[in-house]
Amino acid sequence: MIYNIPYIAVICLILIGLYALIAKRNLIKMIIGITLIESGVNLFLITLGYRKGSIAPIYTSSPGGIMSLPIPQALTLTSIVIGVAVLALMLSFVIHIYRHYKTLDVGKVRRLKE
Amino acid sequence: MIEMSRIVRTIVAIIFPFSMIYGLYVIAHGHLTPGGGFQGGAIVASACVMVLVAFGSKWTTEKIKEKRLSVFESVGAVAFIGLAFLGLIFGAVFFNNFLVGNDYLFGVVPLPGSSLADINTAGVLPLMNFAVGLKVIAGLFAIVLVMAYATTSYKEGKK
Amino acid sequence: MSKRNIAGAVFLSIIGVIFIFSALHMHSFGFPDESDMDDYVIENTQEETGANNGVTSVVFDYRGFDTLGEATVLFTAVAGVIMIFRRLHDD
Repeated sequence: MIYNIPYIAVICLILIGLYALIAKRNLIKMIIGITLIESGVNLFLITLGYRKGSIAPIYTSSPGGIMSLPIPQALTLTSIVIGVAVLALMLSFVIHIYRHYKTLDVGKVRRLKE
Repeated sequence: MIEMSRIVRTIVAIIFPFSMIYGLYVIAHGHLTPGGGFQGGAIVASACVMVLVAFGSKWTTEKIKEKRLSVFESVGAVAFIGLAFLGLIFGAVFFNNFLVGNDYLFGVVPLPGSSLADINTAGVLPLMNFAVGLKVIAGLFAIVLVMAYATTSYKEGKK
Repeated sequence: MSKRNIAGAVFLSIIGVIFIFSALHMHSFGFPDESDMDDYVIENTQEETGANNGVTSVVFDYRGFDTLGEATVLFTAVAGVIMIFRRLHDD
């Protein structure tokens, strides 16, 4: 059980991100919670493809040995780039909301003003 | 954004070409060493954002406008899809690697193996790396430039 | 404690129990279950693609269609950000 520490780290990251998303009322803190959940999911994807005592799957001047699985690493690359794109769009929405409503509290941005 | 002091501006002007060469090296050697299009593109975009932070947004917007950045990004996307369609013409599959194992390009067939780096190894992969790298550089730099310019001119009273 | 806080705490504890239960039944860290696809990629990536990097050959050659979708997502996000900050009264 002591060797399954990456799974415990993934559970902690996702639970802390979910708590920040549910219990806070500031928009920027909710965005930080969403980013924490994405980091936890990326870590989980990479954890699935590790062989004990292996090296990176690259042949250029490699010392030889077992190689770890390359397909989960490729999927994590795509996921990280999509996370960056969604974060940029969310932050520009928050800037636009702050200009219009003059507040960042999520309970007050309810009605369509004028 | 307000520009920073004279020491910071001098050091950034010295460091900027080395960062750009390092990022282009990571993009170009994507099929031999760890790296590739997305990673190298992020490195070059960070170097450009360093220039934006050190010299102020007014100076940087005079040098490069966002209309030219959109031309860069479109060229990268069209090159990527064009290489995929060329694979459809020369083979029978959509993303076919049509330059590997034959002598279309220079008349010499390169041998597969580690630590052999002819210019024709891995076929169409380095060209795709350059296309995706150009797209990522233009995209990430355009996002930060538009956000920096829009928030300062709001503070001065315009809307 | 308001009703919203109690509902949030119950929801989080249910999610936590589900996560811990499924983490106890995963394979151990370092011994993956079935890896036929990855063994094929590691064996044949130097003859079929000519690249020395296994991850790049998966991203651009064996699974190039996913990279096309990711490039589209990046383009859409940049277009959306520029469209939000556009002002209509200059040039």
